[in-house]
Amino acid sequence: MTDTPLEQADIVVIGGGNAALCAAMTAAEAGARVCILEAAPKPYRGGNSRHTRNFRCMHRGPLGPLIESYTEDEYLADLLKVTGGKTDEALARMVINASEGCLPWMQARGVRFQPSLSGTLSLARTNAFFLGGGKGLVNAYYRTAEKLGVAVRYDAKVTHLEFESNQIVRVDFQENGETRSLTSKAVVVASGGFQADLDWLARAWGPAARNFLIRGTPYNRGEVLSNLLDQGVQQVGDPTQCHAVAIDGRAPKFDGGIVTRLDCVPFSVVVNKHGDRFYDEGEDVWPKRYAIWGRLVAEQPDQVGYAIIDAKALDLFMPSVFPPIKADSLAALAQALGVPADKLETTVHAFNAACNDTSNFHPTQLDGVATTGLEPPKTNWARPIDQAPYYGYSLRTGVTFTYLGLKVDENAQCSVGNQAVSNLWAAGETMAGSILGQGYLAGFGMTIGTVFGRIAGQKAAAYAN
Amino acid sequence: MQTDLIAEARRQAQICNACRYCEGYCSVFPSLHRERAFSDGDITHLANLCHNCRGCYYACQYTAPHEFDLNIPQALANVRHDSWKALAWPRGFARAFDSNGTLIAAVAVVAFALLFVLIQTLGPSGGAGFYAYLSHGAMVAVFAPAFVLPLIALAVSLGHYWARTGGGAFRLSYLRQAFNSAARMKNLSGGHGDGCNFEDEDRFSQTRRYFHQATLWGFVLCFASTSSGTVLHYGFGVEAPYGLFSLPKMLGVPGGLLLCVGTAGLAWLKSKADPQLGADRVWGGEMAFVLLLFAVSATGLALYIATGTGAVAVLLPVHLATVLTLFLLTPYSKMAHGFYRLAALAQEEARKDRIA
Repeated sequence: MTDTPLEQADIVVIGGGNAALCAAMTAAEAGARVCILEAAPKPYRGGNSRHTRNFRCMHRGPLGPLIESYTEDEYLADLLKVTGGKTDEALARMVINASEGCLPWMQARGVRFQPSLSGTLSLARTNAFFLGGGKGLVNAYYRTAEKLGVAVRYDAKVTHLEFESNQIVRVDFQENGETRSLTSKAVVVASGGFQADLDWLARAWGPAARNFLIRGTPYNRGEVLSNLLDQGVQQVGDPTQCHAVAIDGRAPKFDGGIVTRLDCVPFSVVVNKHGDRFYDEGEDVWPKRYAIWGRLVAEQPDQVGYAIIDAKALDLFMPSVFPPIKADSLAALAQALGVPADKLETTVHAFNAACNDTSNFHPTQLDGVATTGLEPPKTNWARPIDQAPYYGYSLRTGVTFTYLGLKVDENAQCSVGNQAVSNLWAAGETMAGSILGQGYLAGFGMTIGTVFGRIAGQKAAAYAN
Repeated sequence: MQTDLIAEARRQAQICNACRYCEGYCSVFPSLHRERAFSDGDITHLANLCHNCRGCYYACQYTAPHEFDLNIPQALANVRHDSWKALAWPRGFARAFDSNGTLIAAVAVVAFALLFVLIQTLGPSGGAGFYAYLSHGAMVAVFAPAFVLPLIALAVSLGHYWARTGGGAFRLSYLRQAFNSAARMKNLSGGHGDGCNFEDEDRFSQTRRYFHQATLWGFVLCFASTSSGTVLHYGFGVEAPYGLFSLPKMLGVPGGLLLCVGTAGLAWLKSKADPQLGADRVWGGEMAFVLLLFAVSATGLALYIATGTGAVAVLLPVHLATVLTLFLLTPYSKMAHGFYRLAALAQEEARKDRIA
């Protein structure tokens, strides 16, 4: 099939990640002429989907790579646990129920799965891993979309959507330095959040946000989101909040992705730049606590922390992308990290003195090996840091996504006031706040993107045809 | 070995080890994910385990223009070629790897000239078929050492290779599993069975796998054909030329056809694939090797078709020269990759065994 000429597109899909592609393929399969406007150049296409690795999938029995079963109620309970109840339960149940049908749908469009990766056994039942990760998925979808005749424009940055009597009448975008306009019958917005716009982050969170690292694509700058919100499209989600985790402080400013993850915290003491501890490092297993640490580090001076371990802890966690800083003494390590040496020694010695019997130490479960008389305490995995060489990692706050987005109904449709915009649908991260008010559940973003992408594509096509 | 090539591969492997998204593509990643730090031997092992299917490159979120600039297929290809060069024995021939194409051409010309002279001067008065042109004794005198000496050189190199990449006891079961994997080209299946990426960026296809299979099995059949001829000659006193329904022909004709199709296909694919995802410095040498294999099979078939005509006088030395060149250069050309690959697949089994 040949590409749809841009001017003849029935549907403009804004964005080039998972949700956008699911919408585009669905609409094209329904017979609509579709074009995708992706802000990123081709090597960076796919938004934050490039960095994903799995999607969370309900299943009543073994399904594809997934073992046993994962019921609607268990899935919902897992979601409510992390969102603290800030969840639209009706929409959540809809997404969860639809997720089961997504897996074969994805396979039919070229996505391939693999068994859960080494080091992620805990997700083998709940999350289906993409072979090659999210970029592999995105590549397969672009191939399928192009076969369906979807036109794809890279480096095409949408700047404005023009409203007229409750519908979008024009989409303005920049391509090769030129401003161009399209008039299509329907528009699907799937262009993510605003986390790559540091100015916006700083306005929302405070100036400390300038020291945050952005884990995902530098192209999610929220231009379309702000353009729509400014024109009164209904919003959802706390505009000041973002999901952030503690990552390797040496990570790139943007796009570090999965590898910048650091799993050493439970086996360490973490100090700030003054050499003081500030939180219980052993509160819970790391996957349940890494998000808290994003916030904790953000509250420290210069938004930086330092995790200190000794030789016996080095092999207890997943390898890091950069080797740790290594020194033969605590003082030398402090110097290499830029922390006051005497202060670090005092802190570590006080910690060591507060440690107790460590014979029950167990790295993969809450072992109750705790400190006594130390403030803040370390309540699990508290072993003295006393075996040279010593290793240190700097920690910084890494932003995953923002919560502010477009409010949609069960049809993925956007609204102004209480009235639906007749030809505007949204999918993916840009509307995920409609379901996920706070916290995050691994793989749920891709599930929302797939389910709502398909709905948006279907509704837009029905409207356009 | 070149430390900068190993260091670059190690840098990239460390990033892969923190990501692991590519675990299902091939044998390289599960092997990589077993280690926490990578010795030079580990990197050499990974390099020779890599079949250059490129699945990991096109799926990678960290390829250029990303600052991590990952290109695992290229980094491992560079180490792989360098390891062959470093391990080639005798050491004086090591440089052969560098200027492969030129060398192939040079050896072929010399071999051709030599055989032509042999035929002119030692041409037998009797003998049937090919032996009417070059006596059986002369052929054996040239080809027996040309066959045996390279194999000895290879065996020495592989011994060093085994020690360098981890050593350990060698079990026949490792070799059996290595042959099993190579026979099906399991590592070009992409893990999902859709094949590999090669000639059309991120599109998965079986084309390269099938052409490689044709080449591999074509070669094996041709080799079996020659072997069966040897057995018939010495064991049963049945001398060439053999009829169409004889063992040497039944094996050799399909083998030659497969080898022809396979190598032509591989050369065509190679011309379309991105050279930057391999050891681009030796692209020419690799291409020359594929074309040499093609020449071996094409001249062999042509020779069969020309049986009884005057063309044999020209085709025979040409064919024999290509075969001679192939044999002589086996330890120093791309031909060696099959042996190192088998050693790497066996070493991988040994490593799994040591963990278990």
